[in-house]
Amino acid sequence: MIHLQNVGKRFRRPDGGSFDAVADTSLSIAAGEVFGLIGFSGAGKSTLLRLINLLERPDQGAVIVDGQDLTAMSAKALRSARQHLGMVFQQFNLLANRTVADNIAFPLEIAGWSAAEIASRVAECLDIVGLADRAGHYPAQLSGGQKQRVGIARALAPRPKVILADEPTSALDPKTTQSILDCLQDINRRFGVTVVIVTHEMHVVRSICHRAAVLDAGRVVEVLDVTGGVVDARTSLARSLLEAA
Amino acid sequence: MEALSFAGALADLWSMAPEIWQACQETGLMLVVGLAAAIVFGGPLGILLYLSQPGQLFARRCLHGVLSWLVNLVRSFPFIILMVSLVPLTRLIVGSTIGPVAAAVPLSFAAIPYFARLVEQTLREIPRGVVEAAEAMGASPLQIIVKVLLNEARSGLISSLTILTISFLSYSAVAGVVGGGGIGDLAIRYGYYRFQTDVMIAMVLLLVVIVQIIQFIGNRLASRLDKR
Repeated sequence: MIHLQNVGKRFRRPDGGSFDAVADTSLSIAAGEVFGLIGFSGAGKSTLLRLINLLERPDQGAVIVDGQDLTAMSAKALRSARQHLGMVFQQFNLLANRTVADNIAFPLEIAGWSAAEIASRVAECLDIVGLADRAGHYPAQLSGGQKQRVGIARALAPRPKVILADEPTSALDPKTTQSILDCLQDINRRFGVTVVIVTHEMHVVRSICHRAAVLDAGRVVEVLDVTGGVVDARTSLARSLLEAA
Repeated sequence: MEALSFAGALADLWSMAPEIWQACQETGLMLVVGLAAAIVFGGPLGILLYLSQPGQLFARRCLHGVLSWLVNLVRSFPFIILMVSLVPLTRLIVGSTIGPVAAAVPLSFAAIPYFARLVEQTLREIPRGVVEAAEAMGASPLQIIVKVLLNEARSGLISSLTILTISFLSYSAVAGVVGGGGIGDLAIRYGYYRFQTDVMIAMVLLLVVIVQIIQFIGNRLASRLDKR
């Protein structure tokens, strides 16, 4: 589903120097997988995730999603490709002046759905995340966990093949974290949506991921297989992340 | 004696009612034209100022620098000097340099960069992540401007417009001095030049009331639109 081929992203430092947030990295994520990107702060995991929908444009390499090379696309084609790539954010990034229902409707408006289609899809998505009774509320009236559910419903609304989740539980308490992870897992199982999730917690990886890439200094140092329940880590970095969990 | 002079002042003002009403209309006309120009030209200019700054959607360092410099340039002029220097332009556009329509030209000219700055500042308060979320959904630049920027900033924009309206109520009095008419002009002509203090006080009170009403409406509208 997702193929990153030798992608790299270099950022300038304020002092004029530069560093590689992602350095010459290749990664393949299969359709229907829940794939984790784990590492300590500054390892480049968020940047790598943002390369997948080209929120960061790579300085080198190709990003191929569902058979299409996003890096080779025109701005217009990229916009329409992005409509099939949902994204969930750590800080939710909901529109404060729109109700819950209108937030979920937003990507559908962008994609040019009719009002009737939008209404029925929004109702479906509200049900999926268990917020049907909050449709008319504004984000400010919701708890953190509810806001993230709206974020997930919004990402899910246009029936994407992939959902990119950037530290979706890092702003939440442990109990809410688990319910959000369950929600993502449920979506993956029911609708076969590929989920890529960035986290610094091995707990998150253990809880829902099939596989996870361990990142350090902009490189993938190891890809862990998590499906068996036992995580067999070879690198010392992966082991230290496991111990921290 | 006190009561008599108060009654006298009232009678005086009553006899001037048609003139006061006309002054109100002139002030209203100047404001409406100035504010319309501010919204139509200053609004998009403010959006462009915001979007062209480094790190934004349409980052163009050079363009931003030039626009910002121009906005500062026009805003540095004391309004009365701007008015006088725009006399040729006013004559070209309106065909006259006297009256509220003529005064509306320099008022508009000053209102555009003023509002552009206010819009730019208001838009800056929108979290970058919200714009990013819209980008990630595949929103076009126009959709981002209309559905994200303007909608998220709507209450701040109303507050900015309120500030602009009140500032320009006062600018319109300056415009009055050079033949623009309006409430400020009336206050100066009768109150200052003819020593009719009662007229001047009445006009200032009228302006006080108008400002309070504008601010009240602005606040109500802004808070009703704000769901943050």
